[in-house]
Amino acid sequence: MKRFLAPLILVAVLLGGWEIACRALAVPPYLLPAPSAIGAAFAESWPLLLSSAWATLSTALIALVIASLVACALALAVSLSSLLEDAVRPIAVTLQVTPLVAIAPLVTIWAGIEHPGRAVTGLAAVVAFFPIFSGALTGLKAVDPDLSRLFDLYGATPLQRLIRLRLPSAVPALLEGHKVAAGLAVIGAVVAEFVAGSGGAQGLAWRILEAYNRLQTAKVFAALVALAILGVGLNAAMELLERRLLNTWRGR
Amino acid sequence: MTDPKHNKGVASLSGVEVDYARGRALGPVDLMLASGEIVALVGPSGCGKSTALRLLAGLEAPTRGTVTRAAGKGETSVVFQSPTLAPWLSARDNVALPLELADIAKTEALAAADQALRKVGLGQALAARPAQLSGGMAMRASLARALVTRPRLLLLDEPFAALDEITRRALADDVLALAAELSPAVVFVTHNVEEAVYMAQRVVVMTPGPGHIAGEIVIDGPLVRPPGFRATEAFRASAEAVSTLLARATEAAA
Repeated sequence: MKRFLAPLILVAVLLGGWEIACRALAVPPYLLPAPSAIGAAFAESWPLLLSSAWATLSTALIALVIASLVACALALAVSLSSLLEDAVRPIAVTLQVTPLVAIAPLVTIWAGIEHPGRAVTGLAAVVAFFPIFSGALTGLKAVDPDLSRLFDLYGATPLQRLIRLRLPSAVPALLEGHKVAAGLAVIGAVVAEFVAGSGGAQGLAWRILEAYNRLQTAKVFAALVALAILGVGLNAAMELLERRLLNTWRGR
Repeated sequence: MTDPKHNKGVASLSGVEVDYARGRALGPVDLMLASGEIVALVGPSGCGKSTALRLLAGLEAPTRGTVTRAAGKGETSVVFQSPTLAPWLSARDNVALPLELADIAKTEALAAADQALRKVGLGQALAARPAQLSGGMAMRASLARALVTRPRLLLLDEPFAALDEITRRALADDVLALAAELSPAVVFVTHNVEEAVYMAQRVVVMTPGPGHIAGEIVIDGPLVRPPGFRATEAFRASAEAVSTLLARATEAAA
Protein backbone atom coordinates (compact mmCIF):
# COMPACT_ATOMS: atom_id res chain seq x y z
CA MET A 1 0.00 0.00 0.00
CA LYS A 2 2.80 2.40 1.01
CA ARG A 3 4.46 1.73 -2.30
CA PHE A 4 1.47 3.05 -4.20
CA LEU A 5 0.64 5.83 -1.78
CA ALA A 6 4.09 7.44 -1.66
CA PRO A 7 4.35 8.40 -5.36
CA LEU A 8 0.70 9.54 -5.40
CA ILE A 9 1.34 11.87 -2.47
CA LEU A 10 4.49 13.22 -4.12
CA VAL A 11 2.64 13.91 -7.38
CA ALA A 12 -0.19 15.63 -5.48
CA VAL A 13 2.29 17.85 -3.61
CA LEU A 14 4.14 18.77 -6.82
CA LEU A 15 0.91 19.56 -8.69
CA GLY A 16 -0.35 21.63 -5.73
CA GLY A 17 2.92 23.60 -5.57
CA TRP A 18 2.80 24.13 -9.35
CA GLU A 19 -0.79 25.38 -9.22
CA ILE A 20 -0.10 27.76 -6.33
CA ALA A 21 3.08 29.09 -7.95
CA CYS A 22 1.30 29.75 -11.26
CA ARG A 23 -1.47 31.69 -9.57
CA ALA A 24 0.72 33.58 -7.10
CA LEU A 25 3.30 34.63 -9.70
CA ALA A 26 0.70 35.15 -12.48
CA VAL A 27 2.77 33.08 -14.94
CA PRO A 28 1.47 33.63 -18.50
CA PRO A 29 -0.45 30.48 -19.58
CA TYR A 30 1.45 30.16 -22.90
CA LEU A 31 4.69 29.84 -20.88
CA LEU A 32 3.51 27.46 -18.19
CA PRO A 33 -0.17 26.66 -17.77
CA ALA A 34 -1.40 25.68 -14.30
CA PRO A 35 -2.37 22.02 -13.75
CA SER A 36 -6.02 23.09 -13.60
CA ALA A 37 -5.73 24.59 -17.08
CA ILE A 38 -4.05 21.43 -18.36
CA GLY A 39 -6.84 19.37 -16.80
CA ALA A 40 -9.42 21.55 -18.51
CA ALA A 41 -7.63 21.19 -21.86
CA PHE A 42 -7.48 17.44 -21.38
CA ALA A 43 -11.19 17.25 -20.50
CA GLU A 44 -12.06 19.38 -23.51
CA SER A 45 -10.02 17.50 -26.13
CA TRP A 46 -9.98 13.95 -24.77
CA PRO A 47 -11.96 12.38 -27.65
CA LEU A 48 -9.37 13.74 -30.08
CA LEU A 49 -6.50 12.70 -27.81
CA LEU A 50 -7.97 9.23 -27.50
CA SER A 51 -8.17 8.74 -31.25
CA SER A 52 -4.64 10.15 -31.63
CA ALA A 53 -3.35 7.86 -28.89
CA TRP A 54 -4.96 4.95 -30.71
CA ALA A 55 -3.26 6.04 -33.94
CA THR A 56 0.13 6.14 -32.21
CA LEU A 57 -0.48 2.85 -30.42
CA SER A 58 -1.61 1.02 -33.55
CA THR A 59 1.37 2.38 -35.47
CA ALA A 60 3.68 1.15 -32.71
CA LEU A 61 2.03 -2.28 -32.57
CA ILE A 62 2.14 -2.79 -36.34
CA ALA A 63 5.78 -1.70 -36.28
CA LEU A 64 6.40 -4.17 -33.45
CA VAL A 65 4.93 -7.05 -35.45
CA ILE A 66 6.95 -6.18 -38.57
CA ALA A 67 10.13 -5.74 -36.52
CA SER A 68 9.50 -9.02 -34.71
CA LEU A 69 9.06 -11.01 -37.93
CA VAL A 70 12.14 -9.56 -39.61
CA ALA A 71 14.34 -9.63 -36.49
CA CYS A 72 13.44 -13.21 -35.54
CA ALA A 73 13.97 -14.50 -39.08
CA LEU A 74 17.31 -12.72 -39.38
CA ALA A 75 18.46 -13.82 -35.92
CA LEU A 76 17.61 -17.41 -36.76
CA ALA A 77 19.54 -17.26 -40.03
CA VAL A 78 22.50 -15.59 -38.35
CA SER A 79 22.53 -18.06 -35.47
CA LEU A 80 22.82 -20.95 -37.91
CA SER A 81 25.91 -19.61 -39.61
CA SER A 82 28.81 -17.95 -37.82
CA LEU A 83 30.02 -16.57 -41.16
CA LEU A 84 26.69 -14.80 -41.64
CA GLU A 85 26.87 -13.50 -38.08
CA ASP A 86 30.33 -12.04 -38.62
CA ALA A 87 29.05 -10.41 -41.79
CA VAL A 88 25.84 -8.99 -40.32
CA ARG A 89 26.97 -7.88 -36.87
CA PRO A 90 28.99 -4.76 -37.82
CA ILE A 91 26.20 -3.58 -40.12
CA ALA A 92 23.63 -4.10 -37.38
CA VAL A 93 25.73 -2.19 -34.86
CA THR A 94 26.27 0.65 -37.30
CA LEU A 95 22.56 0.92 -37.96
CA GLN A 96 21.80 0.75 -34.27
CA VAL A 97 24.04 3.66 -33.31
CA THR A 98 22.70 5.85 -36.13
CA PRO A 99 20.09 8.21 -34.65
CA LEU A 100 16.55 7.61 -35.89
CA VAL A 101 16.05 11.31 -36.66
CA ALA A 102 18.96 11.21 -39.06
CA ILE A 103 17.50 8.49 -41.27
CA ALA A 104 13.90 9.72 -41.01
CA PRO A 105 14.04 11.97 -44.11
CA LEU A 106 15.32 9.06 -46.22
CA VAL A 107 12.62 6.70 -45.03
CA THR A 108 10.02 9.38 -45.65
CA ILE A 109 11.23 9.78 -49.24
CA TRP A 110 11.29 6.03 -49.85
CA ALA A 111 7.84 5.51 -48.37
CA GLY A 112 6.51 8.16 -50.71
CA ILE A 113 5.75 11.73 -49.61
CA GLU A 114 2.04 10.96 -49.93
CA HIS A 115 2.30 8.07 -47.42
CA PRO A 116 3.60 9.60 -44.17
CA GLY A 117 1.88 6.83 -42.23
CA ARG A 118 4.07 4.20 -43.88
CA ALA A 119 7.20 6.19 -43.14
CA VAL A 120 6.22 6.50 -39.48
CA THR A 121 5.52 2.76 -39.18
CA GLY A 122 8.78 1.97 -40.94
CA LEU A 123 10.82 4.17 -38.63
CA ALA A 124 9.15 2.76 -35.53
CA ALA A 125 9.92 -0.73 -36.86
CA VAL A 126 13.59 0.17 -37.32
CA VAL A 127 13.81 1.21 -33.67
CA ALA A 128 11.94 -1.88 -32.47
CA PHE A 129 14.11 -4.17 -34.57
CA PHE A 130 17.33 -4.12 -32.53
CA PRO A 131 16.19 -5.23 -29.09
CA ILE A 132 14.30 -8.13 -30.66
CA PHE A 133 17.21 -9.06 -32.91
CA SER A 134 19.80 -9.02 -30.14
CA GLY A 135 17.40 -10.73 -27.70
CA ALA A 136 16.68 -13.49 -30.19
CA LEU A 137 20.35 -13.93 -31.03
CA THR A 138 21.40 -14.00 -27.38
CA GLY A 139 18.59 -16.42 -26.60
CA LEU A 140 19.43 -18.79 -29.44
CA LYS A 141 22.98 -19.00 -28.11
CA ALA A 142 22.08 -19.14 -24.40
CA VAL A 143 21.82 -22.90 -24.26
CA ASP A 144 22.73 -24.74 -21.05
CA PRO A 145 26.10 -26.31 -22.03
CA ASP A 146 25.37 -29.54 -20.14
CA LEU A 147 21.99 -29.86 -21.84
CA SER A 148 23.80 -29.32 -25.12
CA ARG A 149 26.23 -32.14 -24.21
CA LEU A 150 23.27 -34.42 -23.55
CA PHE A 151 21.95 -33.67 -27.04
CA ASP A 152 25.41 -34.64 -28.36
CA LEU A 153 25.31 -37.83 -26.35
CA TYR A 154 21.87 -38.74 -27.67
CA GLY A 155 23.03 -38.09 -31.23
CA ALA A 156 20.53 -35.31 -31.92
CA THR A 157 20.39 -34.03 -35.52
CA PRO A 158 20.93 -30.29 -36.15
CA LEU A 159 17.20 -29.89 -36.77
CA GLN A 160 16.27 -31.66 -33.51
CA ARG A 161 18.80 -29.50 -31.70
CA LEU A 162 17.26 -26.34 -33.16
CA ILE A 163 13.63 -27.21 -32.50
CA ARG A 164 13.94 -29.02 -29.19
CA LEU A 165 16.82 -27.12 -27.61
CA ARG A 166 17.75 -23.76 -29.09
CA LEU A 167 14.32 -22.33 -29.89
CA PRO A 168 12.80 -23.12 -26.48
CA SER A 169 15.98 -21.93 -24.74
CA ALA A 170 15.60 -18.59 -26.52
CA VAL A 171 12.13 -17.85 -25.14
CA PRO A 172 13.07 -15.77 -22.04
CA ALA A 173 15.49 -13.51 -23.96
CA LEU A 174 12.98 -13.18 -26.81
CA LEU A 175 10.24 -12.04 -24.41
CA GLU A 176 12.57 -9.53 -22.80
CA GLY A 177 13.53 -8.21 -26.25
CA HIS A 178 9.88 -7.75 -27.25
CA LYS A 179 9.10 -5.91 -24.01
CA VAL A 180 11.91 -3.42 -24.58
CA ALA A 181 11.00 -3.15 -28.26
CA ALA A 182 7.36 -2.27 -27.50
CA GLY A 183 8.42 0.76 -25.46
CA LEU A 184 10.91 1.82 -28.12
CA ALA A 185 8.31 1.40 -30.88
CA VAL A 186 6.12 4.08 -29.23
CA ILE A 187 9.10 6.42 -28.90
CA GLY A 188 10.03 5.64 -32.50
CA ALA A 189 6.50 6.34 -33.71
CA VAL A 190 6.40 9.71 -31.91
CA VAL A 191 9.83 10.83 -33.14
CA ALA A 192 8.97 9.69 -36.66
CA GLU A 193 5.73 11.66 -36.59
CA PHE A 194 7.63 14.78 -35.61
CA VAL A 195 9.95 14.33 -38.57
CA ALA A 196 7.44 13.07 -41.12
CA GLY A 197 5.29 15.89 -39.82
CA SER A 198 2.25 17.24 -41.55
CA GLY A 199 -0.35 15.77 -43.81
CA GLY A 200 -1.66 12.35 -42.92
CA ALA A 201 -0.08 12.09 -39.47
CA GLN A 202 -2.77 11.53 -36.85
CA GLY A 203 -0.80 10.48 -33.79
CA LEU A 204 -0.11 12.17 -30.48
CA ALA A 205 3.05 13.84 -31.78
CA TRP A 206 0.95 15.63 -34.34
CA ARG A 207 -1.39 16.85 -31.57
CA ILE A 208 1.65 18.25 -29.77
CA LEU A 209 2.95 19.98 -32.91
CA GLU A 210 -0.44 21.38 -33.74
CA ALA A 211 -0.97 22.85 -30.26
CA TYR A 212 2.60 24.12 -30.18
CA ASN A 213 2.16 25.95 -33.51
CA ARG A 214 -0.84 27.71 -32.03
CA LEU A 215 0.94 28.36 -28.74
CA GLN A 216 -1.78 26.39 -26.90
CA THR A 217 0.65 25.22 -24.26
CA ALA A 218 -2.04 23.61 -22.08
CA LYS A 219 -2.96 21.35 -25.02
CA VAL A 220 0.70 20.44 -25.48
CA PHE A 221 0.73 19.30 -21.87
CA ALA A 222 -2.57 17.47 -22.31
CA ALA A 223 -1.11 15.51 -25.25
CA LEU A 224 2.02 14.80 -23.21
CA VAL A 225 -0.13 13.42 -20.40
CA ALA A 226 -1.92 11.19 -22.90
CA LEU A 227 1.45 10.03 -24.24
CA ALA A 228 2.72 9.27 -20.75
CA ILE A 229 -0.44 7.28 -19.95
CA LEU A 230 -0.02 5.37 -23.22
CA GLY A 231 3.62 4.59 -22.45
CA VAL A 232 3.00 3.48 -18.88
CA GLY A 233 -0.01 1.41 -19.93
CA LEU A 234 1.85 -0.33 -22.74
CA ASN A 235 4.83 -1.00 -20.51
CA ALA A 236 2.60 -2.50 -17.80
CA ALA A 237 0.77 -4.63 -20.38
CA MET A 238 4.01 -5.94 -21.86
CA GLU A 239 5.42 -6.64 -18.41
CA LEU A 240 2.31 -8.62 -17.51
CA LEU A 241 2.41 -10.50 -20.80
CA GLU A 242 6.09 -11.29 -20.36
CA ARG A 243 5.54 -12.62 -16.85
CA ARG A 244 2.54 -14.70 -17.93
CA LEU A 245 4.35 -16.26 -20.86
CA LEU A 246 7.51 -16.81 -18.85
CA ASN A 247 5.50 -18.60 -16.18
CA THR A 248 3.89 -20.77 -18.85
CA TRP A 249 7.35 -21.52 -20.22
CA ARG A 250 8.73 -22.70 -16.91
CA GLY A 251 5.41 -23.99 -15.62
CA ARG A 252 4.81 -22.05 -12.43
CA MET B 1 24.37 -60.46 -12.86
CA THR B 2 27.33 -60.32 -15.25
CA ASP B 3 26.13 -60.78 -18.78
CA PRO B 4 28.53 -63.21 -20.54
CA LYS B 5 27.75 -61.54 -23.87
CA HIS B 6 29.79 -58.45 -23.06
CA ASN B 7 32.16 -59.74 -20.47
CA LYS B 8 35.06 -58.17 -22.28
CA GLY B 9 34.35 -54.74 -20.89
CA VAL B 10 32.06 -51.89 -21.63
CA ALA B 11 34.65 -49.17 -22.05
CA SER B 12 38.32 -48.59 -21.47
CA LEU B 13 40.98 -45.93 -21.50
CA SER B 14 44.48 -47.05 -22.50
CA GLY B 15 47.47 -44.76 -22.40
CA VAL B 16 45.12 -41.81 -22.61
CA GLU B 17 46.47 -38.28 -22.33
CA VAL B 18 44.63 -34.99 -22.61
CA ASP B 19 46.41 -31.68 -23.24
CA TYR B 20 44.69 -28.34 -22.83
CA ALA B 21 46.10 -24.97 -23.84
CA ARG B 22 47.53 -24.50 -20.36
CA GLY B 23 49.32 -27.86 -20.40
CA ARG B 24 48.82 -31.54 -19.65
CA ALA B 25 45.49 -32.09 -17.88
CA LEU B 26 45.35 -35.85 -17.74
CA GLY B 27 47.47 -38.86 -18.21
CA PRO B 28 48.70 -41.22 -19.06
CA VAL B 29 45.71 -43.13 -17.67
CA ASP B 30 44.62 -46.73 -18.08
CA LEU B 31 41.20 -47.78 -16.89
CA MET B 32 39.10 -50.79 -17.81
CA LEU B 33 35.41 -51.11 -17.05
CA ALA B 34 33.80 -54.53 -16.83
CA SER B 35 30.13 -54.85 -17.57
CA GLY B 36 27.94 -54.25 -14.55
CA GLU B 37 30.66 -53.06 -12.19
CA ILE B 38 30.47 -49.87 -10.17
CA VAL B 39 33.61 -47.77 -10.10
CA ALA B 40 34.17 -44.55 -8.18
CA LEU B 41 36.72 -41.96 -9.23
CA VAL B 42 37.86 -39.94 -6.21
CA GLY B 43 40.36 -37.15 -5.94
CA PRO B 44 40.80 -33.45 -5.32
CA SER B 45 39.68 -30.91 -7.91
CA GLY B 46 41.98 -30.73 -10.90
CA CYS B 47 42.83 -34.43 -10.81
CA GLY B 48 41.13 -35.01 -14.15
CA LYS B 49 38.29 -37.19 -12.89
CA SER B 50 35.64 -35.24 -14.76
CA THR B 51 37.82 -35.25 -17.88
CA ALA B 52 38.13 -39.03 -17.61
CA LEU B 53 34.35 -39.23 -17.39
CA ARG B 54 33.85 -37.07 -20.48
CA LEU B 55 36.35 -39.28 -22.36
CA LEU B 56 34.36 -42.38 -21.42
CA ALA B 57 31.16 -40.63 -22.54
CA GLY B 58 32.71 -39.74 -25.89
CA LEU B 59 32.03 -36.06 -25.22
CA GLU B 60 35.73 -35.30 -25.49
CA ALA B 61 38.54 -36.86 -27.52
CA PRO B 62 41.96 -37.72 -26.04
CA THR B 63 45.08 -35.97 -27.32
CA ARG B 64 46.92 -39.32 -27.28
CA GLY B 65 45.95 -42.90 -26.46
CA THR B 66 42.81 -44.87 -27.18
CA VAL B 67 39.32 -44.85 -25.78
CA THR B 68 37.28 -47.93 -26.58
CA ARG B 69 33.57 -48.02 -26.03
CA ALA B 70 31.58 -51.19 -26.56
CA ALA B 71 28.53 -49.22 -25.50
CA GLY B 72 27.43 -47.33 -28.60
CA LYS B 73 25.53 -44.12 -28.96
CA GLY B 74 22.31 -44.36 -27.04
CA GLU B 75 23.81 -46.95 -24.70
CA THR B 76 25.73 -44.39 -22.65
CA SER B 77 24.05 -42.03 -20.19
CA VAL B 78 25.47 -39.15 -18.21
CA VAL B 79 24.14 -37.48 -15.07
CA PHE B 80 25.70 -34.10 -14.33
CA GLN B 81 26.21 -32.29 -11.04
CA SER B 82 23.11 -30.20 -11.71
CA PRO B 83 19.92 -31.96 -12.84
CA THR B 84 20.18 -30.32 -16.31
CA LEU B 85 16.48 -30.64 -17.06
CA ALA B 86 14.86 -28.53 -19.76
CA PRO B 87 12.76 -26.00 -17.78
CA TRP B 88 10.10 -25.80 -20.51
CA LEU B 89 9.36 -29.53 -20.40
CA SER B 90 7.46 -31.54 -17.79
CA ALA B 91 9.32 -34.27 -15.90
CA ARG B 92 7.91 -36.98 -18.20
CA ASP B 93 8.77 -35.01 -21.36
CA ASN B 94 12.28 -34.48 -20.05
CA VAL B 95 12.71 -38.18 -19.38
CA ALA B 96 11.16 -39.13 -22.72
CA LEU B 97 13.53 -36.79 -24.59
CA PRO B 98 16.42 -39.23 -25.20
CA LEU B 99 13.99 -41.76 -26.66
CA GLU B 100 12.27 -39.17 -28.82
CA LEU B 101 15.62 -37.97 -30.14
CA ALA B 102 16.23 -41.59 -31.17
CA ASP B 103 12.99 -41.42 -33.18
CA ILE B 104 11.02 -43.70 -30.87
CA ALA B 105 7.26 -43.08 -31.12
CA LYS B 106 5.96 -40.45 -28.72
CA THR B 107 3.44 -42.68 -26.93
CA GLU B 108 6.02 -45.40 -26.42
CA ALA B 109 8.60 -42.88 -25.20
CA LEU B 110 6.14 -41.36 -22.73
CA ALA B 111 5.14 -44.76 -21.40
CA ALA B 112 8.79 -45.63 -20.81
CA ALA B 113 9.36 -42.22 -19.19
CA ASP B 114 6.44 -42.72 -16.80
CA GLN B 115 7.79 -46.11 -15.84
CA ALA B 116 11.29 -44.74 -15.26
CA LEU B 117 9.93 -41.88 -13.14
CA ARG B 118 7.86 -44.28 -11.03
CA LYS B 119 10.99 -46.35 -10.50
CA VAL B 120 12.79 -43.37 -8.95
CA GLY B 121 9.76 -42.52 -6.81
CA LEU B 122 8.42 -39.64 -8.89
CA GLY B 123 5.16 -41.31 -9.93
CA GLN B 124 3.26 -38.39 -8.39
CA ALA B 125 5.22 -35.72 -10.27
CA LEU B 126 4.98 -36.88 -13.90
CA ALA B 127 3.50 -33.60 -15.12
CA ALA B 128 5.56 -31.33 -12.84
CA ARG B 129 7.97 -28.86 -14.33
CA PRO B 130 11.59 -28.77 -13.07
CA ALA B 131 10.87 -25.46 -11.29
CA GLN B 132 8.29 -27.26 -9.17
CA LEU B 133 10.65 -30.05 -8.11
CA SER B 134 12.96 -29.97 -5.10
CA GLY B 135 16.69 -30.43 -5.69
CA GLY B 136 16.51 -34.12 -4.78
CA MET B 137 13.44 -34.72 -6.94
CA ALA B 138 15.04 -32.97 -9.92
CA MET B 139 18.12 -35.16 -9.48
CA ARG B 140 15.88 -38.25 -9.43
CA ALA B 141 14.23 -37.09 -12.66
CA SER B 142 17.70 -36.64 -14.13
CA LEU B 143 18.54 -40.19 -13.05
CA ALA B 144 15.32 -41.48 -14.60
CA ARG B 145 16.26 -39.78 -17.88
CA ALA B 146 19.67 -41.49 -17.75
CA LEU B 147 18.11 -44.89 -17.15
CA VAL B 148 15.20 -44.70 -19.58
CA THR B 149 17.46 -45.71 -22.47
CA ARG B 150 18.60 -48.81 -20.51
CA PRO B 151 22.26 -47.81 -20.85
CA ARG B 152 25.16 -50.23 -20.64
CA LEU B 153 27.33 -47.44 -19.32
CA LEU B 154 26.08 -44.95 -16.74
CA LEU B 155 28.36 -42.03 -15.95
CA LEU B 156 27.66 -39.82 -12.94
CA ASP B 157 29.63 -36.58 -12.53
CA GLU B 158 29.38 -35.59 -8.83
CA PRO B 159 25.64 -36.19 -9.05
CA PHE B 160 24.81 -35.53 -5.39
CA ALA B 161 27.25 -32.68 -4.68
CA ALA B 162 24.51 -30.06 -4.42
CA LEU B 163 22.22 -32.08 -2.16
CA ASP B 164 21.87 -32.35 1.61
CA GLU B 165 23.26 -35.38 3.45
CA ILE B 166 19.93 -37.20 3.95
CA THR B 167 18.91 -36.78 0.31
CA ARG B 168 22.28 -37.88 -0.98
CA ARG B 169 22.24 -41.03 1.12
CA ALA B 170 18.74 -41.90 -0.09
CA LEU B 171 19.78 -41.27 -3.68
CA ALA B 172 22.91 -43.39 -3.27
CA ASP B 173 20.74 -46.33 -2.23
CA ASP B 174 18.40 -45.69 -5.15
CA VAL B 175 21.26 -45.70 -7.62
CA LEU B 176 22.56 -48.98 -6.18
CA ALA B 177 19.11 -50.60 -6.37
CA LEU B 178 18.61 -49.44 -9.95
CA ALA B 179 22.10 -50.54 -10.92
CA ALA B 180 21.40 -53.99 -9.49
CA GLU B 181 18.22 -54.16 -11.57
CA LEU B 182 19.51 -52.85 -14.90
CA SER B 183 23.19 -53.78 -14.41
CA PRO B 184 24.93 -51.08 -16.39
CA ALA B 185 28.58 -50.40 -15.70
CA VAL B 186 28.56 -47.33 -13.46
CA VAL B 187 31.35 -44.79 -13.14
CA PHE B 188 30.81 -41.98 -10.74
CA VAL B 189 32.98 -39.07 -9.86
CA THR B 190 33.00 -37.73 -6.31
CA HIS B 191 35.29 -36.05 -3.85
CA ASN B 192 33.52 -37.70 -0.95
CA VAL B 193 35.49 -40.76 0.24
CA GLU B 194 32.64 -42.28 2.26
CA GLU B 195 30.25 -41.97 -0.66
CA ALA B 196 32.78 -43.62 -2.96
CA VAL B 197 33.32 -46.54 -0.57
CA TYR B 198 29.60 -46.94 0.04
CA MET B 199 28.65 -47.08 -3.62
CA ALA B 200 31.54 -48.60 -5.49
CA GLN B 201 33.00 -52.07 -5.86
CA ARG B 202 36.23 -50.43 -6.88
CA VAL B 203 37.50 -47.01 -5.80
CA VAL B 204 40.03 -45.44 -8.15
CA VAL B 205 42.07 -42.70 -6.49
CA MET B 206 43.26 -39.90 -8.77
CA THR B 207 45.67 -37.04 -8.10
CA PRO B 208 46.42 -33.84 -9.97
CA GLY B 209 49.50 -32.41 -11.65
CA PRO B 210 48.77 -33.80 -14.31
CA GLY B 211 45.80 -36.00 -13.44
CA HIS B 212 46.66 -39.66 -13.09
CA ILE B 213 45.58 -42.78 -11.24
CA ALA B 214 47.44 -43.17 -7.95
CA GLY B 215 45.96 -46.54 -7.10
CA GLU B 216 42.75 -48.38 -6.53
CA ILE B 217 41.04 -50.18 -3.68
CA VAL B 218 38.54 -52.99 -4.05
CA ILE B 219 35.53 -52.77 -1.74
CA ASP B 220 33.94 -56.03 -0.64
CA GLY B 221 30.30 -56.49 0.19
CA PRO B 222 26.97 -57.02 -1.54
CA LEU B 223 26.05 -54.63 -4.38
CA VAL B 224 22.95 -53.36 -2.61
CA ARG B 225 24.36 -52.31 0.73
CA PRO B 226 22.61 -53.71 3.82
CA PRO B 227 21.34 -51.28 6.47
CA GLY B 228 24.10 -50.20 8.79
CA PHE B 229 26.80 -50.91 6.23
CA ARG B 230 28.44 -47.58 7.02
CA ALA B 231 28.93 -48.70 10.64
CA THR B 232 30.71 -51.98 9.80
CA GLU B 233 34.39 -52.56 10.42
CA ALA B 234 34.93 -53.43 6.73
CA PHE B 235 33.43 -50.11 5.58
CA ARG B 236 35.54 -48.07 7.95
CA ALA B 237 38.70 -49.97 7.08
CA SER B 238 38.09 -49.38 3.35
CA ALA B 239 37.35 -45.67 3.86
CA GLU B 240 40.53 -45.40 5.91
CA ALA B 241 42.54 -47.13 3.19
CA VAL B 242 41.16 -44.79 0.49
CA SER B 243 41.83 -41.72 2.63
CA THR B 244 45.41 -42.84 3.32
CA LEU B 245 46.08 -43.51 -0.36
CA LEU B 246 44.54 -40.17 -1.30
CA ALA B 247 46.61 -38.28 1.29
CA ARG B 248 49.85 -40.00 0.35
CA ALA B 249 49.30 -39.46 -3.39
CA THR B 250 48.35 -35.81 -2.93
CA GLU B 251 51.48 -35.26 -0.84
CA ALA B 252 53.65 -36.93 -3.46
CA ALA B 253 52.11 -34.79 -6.18
CA ALA B 254 52.64 -31.54 -4.26
